[in-house]
Amino acid sequence: MFDYETLKIIWWLLVGVLLIGFAIMDGHDMGVGSLLPFVGRSDVERRVVINTIAPHWDGNQVWFITGGGAIFAAWPLVYATAFSGFYWAMLAVLWALFFRPVGFDYRSKIQDPRWRQTWDWCLFIGSSVPPLIFGVAFGNLLQGVPFHFDQSMVSYYTGTFWQLLNPFALLCGVVSSTMIVFHGSVFLVLRTEGEIQVRARRVTYGAGALLLLSFSAAGLWLAFGIPGYELVSAVDPNAALNPVAKTVARTAGAWLANYGKEPLTLLVPVLAYAGVLLALLLVRIKRPGVGFIASGLMLAGVISTAAVSMFPFVMPSSSDPNHSLTVWDAVSSRLTLSIMLWVSVIFVPLILFYTSWAYRVMRGKVTVDHIERNEHSVY
Amino acid sequence: MISEQLVDLSRLQFAATALYHFLFVPLTLGMVWLLVIMESVYVMTGKVIYKDMTRFWGKLFGINFALGVTTGITLEFQFGTNWAYYSHYVGDVFGAPLAIEGLMAFFLESTFIGLFFFGWDRLSRQQHLMVTLLMAIGTNLSALWILIANGWMQNPVGAEFNDATMRMELTDFWAVLFNMDGQAKFVHTVSAGYVTGAMFVLSVSSWYLLKGRDIEFAKRSFRIAAAFGLASVCSVIVLGDESGYTVGEAQQTKLAALEAMWETEPAPASFNLIAWPNEAEQKNDFAIQIPWVMGLIGTRSVTKQIPGIKDIKEKNRERIHSGLRAAIALDKIRQDATDADARAIFNQHKKDLGFGLLLRKYTADLTTVTPEQIDRAVNDTIPKVTPMFWSFRAMVGIGFLMLALFVLAAYSTLSGRKRHPRWLLKWALWSLPLPWLACELGWVIAEYGRQPWTIYGVLPTHLSVSRLSVESLYGSLAGFIGFYTVLLVVEIYLMIKFARLGPGSLGTGRYDADQHAAAHA
Repeated sequence: MFDYETLKIIWWLLVGVLLIGFAIMDGHDMGVGSLLPFVGRSDVERRVVINTIAPHWDGNQVWFITGGGAIFAAWPLVYATAFSGFYWAMLAVLWALFFRPVGFDYRSKIQDPRWRQTWDWCLFIGSSVPPLIFGVAFGNLLQGVPFHFDQSMVSYYTGTFWQLLNPFALLCGVVSSTMIVFHGSVFLVLRTEGEIQVRARRVTYGAGALLLLSFSAAGLWLAFGIPGYELVSAVDPNAALNPVAKTVARTAGAWLANYGKEPLTLLVPVLAYAGVLLALLLVRIKRPGVGFIASGLMLAGVISTAAVSMFPFVMPSSSDPNHSLTVWDAVSSRLTLSIMLWVSVIFVPLILFYTSWAYRVMRGKVTVDHIERNEHSVY
Repeated sequence: MISEQLVDLSRLQFAATALYHFLFVPLTLGMVWLLVIMESVYVMTGKVIYKDMTRFWGKLFGINFALGVTTGITLEFQFGTNWAYYSHYVGDVFGAPLAIEGLMAFFLESTFIGLFFFGWDRLSRQQHLMVTLLMAIGTNLSALWILIANGWMQNPVGAEFNDATMRMELTDFWAVLFNMDGQAKFVHTVSAGYVTGAMFVLSVSSWYLLKGRDIEFAKRSFRIAAAFGLASVCSVIVLGDESGYTVGEAQQTKLAALEAMWETEPAPASFNLIAWPNEAEQKNDFAIQIPWVMGLIGTRSVTKQIPGIKDIKEKNRERIHSGLRAAIALDKIRQDATDADARAIFNQHKKDLGFGLLLRKYTADLTTVTPEQIDRAVNDTIPKVTPMFWSFRAMVGIGFLMLALFVLAAYSTLSGRKRHPRWLLKWALWSLPLPWLACELGWVIAEYGRQPWTIYGVLPTHLSVSRLSVESLYGSLAGFIGFYTVLLVVEIYLMIKFARLGPGSLGTGRYDADQHAAAHA
């Protein structure tokens, strides 16, 4: 069994892995869903687009559910504080997600064009709203969120819903939305042909440019305009800690401190840039398969940049910085972390294995001809 | 102090969304095995009608599954959004089975359901059957982990309170895993799901037979559903009997409430077949009793006593007094972790801490608790008897009604006669809502019966809620009602549409409604 400090760090990494897994897997089908009404102009084209992800969206969505479950199990206080604090934002994500399972399954079951168009826009909402809100949420985490605890560790969120929609957070929302659209468009280039592919490729170029711009802008703003948080009092990473018994300071430039301390971490934002550029190049030279992997690396780079900047903070409090949640004090007990680690070590590779198999079975381009031949069995 | 209205609305929202989710789950749990059985017959015999059966019933399964997935996410979210203190207080224990459910079960069923629908042409027969089987295993494992989590709420074993982190922490994972309560719930709940799946296929097949269409398809479906349903309904009754209720105090309290047993009777206790509970005077105004029966099914012995409500309350009164000391000492420790006197008192009474917390409903300052407040807390420890008593009887009554139907259906299909009697087919058709009714009642008995606790003896419901505004709750509740109503209408519309189209909706050209199907599907 690992010591408590090591487990806390492993779980910070593991939550990161699950979130990146979510962005790569559920992200590409959310990207596809966001593009559905635009790259598919006729009913049969839209069916082509939907059927590129038809066999996989359900499995992919589990990355999201398991990510949530893992945060519940590993960082229960973060789960409790964030979900209840961001009440309306979380409900918006949830309600948007409602449209996906039913949209996919019900859309093509009735031939009426109004029925199908309605579901197309529902799928658009279900696929585009969650990434936008997650970006906005990360934007707020980076600035700190107004919450505190009472003596019994009951959390109180003292902000409003509207203040979550501040300019920096909205910029992070743009980063998040464009990276998901970018990723989805590369997938469409890979799995479609003809007109749809041409349109998807155009989106790749446009979204790639916007992503480079918005990610750079957010980075500069973060470096020079957003004060970070730092632990002032010494904490014992090996102990079970009272999350409100520490001292935290809010200082300008604190979010850059980790890059100074560990210069190797600079590779993380570099990975984000390299991923975008490489994916763009690969799509250009008609190698979208490898391009999709590059796009996945981009997602890992962007998400890790936020995580590395904030480490060890997970959810800083702007109204009472001492109550900020960190990887040291917002975590589960050593036994729970340890058991969940072994469960993950066994099951994550297994999941990757059978997911790859499922993609292998369903590989190849989805064509208009395929849809027309299988009228009754495809979405 | 927490507003009563906030607590009530949070509970209402959770209950409404959980009951709604549970409209779809049992059908998924049961139908998935029927698909496995039908497809196995196809693989073994090579008869294409069994493949069509798998695909057609699979289509209906998919319509139902979509809403199961949709509404399941709500429940996971809601622990965080609306039950934040609960999530913090027990997340260390409760979060783990939920996360394991995702990793071990939900990934499995969700990945393979995609191949189930879209992999027919890309997989060999055996491979496709394996996919269906893995989907079924995933679905049922999902139920296992959820019910392990739920079982822990009823009987919180293997965990201890930590005053530094101010929460329950896991001490024995195996105790949580093999909690008798969770295991008993699992077998009872999945069996109820199997009955639901069987009833669905039986009813729809009966409708085809009554209409005289798709006869061969419907007869085969009827036969499989009747056999599977009979086995399942026997298992739900035998495994669901009250033997599970002797485990742990929460279940004893529930048992006393749902049997309206006010007094502890000498063993073996008699069974109230029908009674008119009077909560105010703590007695039954009227009762028809069958001697011995309660003791026999409750304890499987003639000597063990089953505690009555009044005795349970007196025991709880002592625990509330003890818990009050623990709660006051804990407040002191939270202010000064080095207070040795407070710690000594706390350690002595900490097993009753949850009972002390019941008083927080009535006062912010625990040092000034009045005897009247203690009385109220004591009364709170027993769920309302009347709804428990009648929900239970309705559930059991429905169970036996379904048993009778499945016995007759199985007899009819095995007796080798050419046609099923029309009265039986009609009975089967009109019984369609019964398993859902029984499942929802079962949920009410299990969860309403756990009140006033979210975690029995550990965390009272009223402390568990997120401190949101009442307006937020009205808003979200209205949103859920709106979304769920629309979704339900759409789902039922599609279900009826495709059930009517029948196997013709597959477009294979082998079934009655194929012409219509080609035009509409």
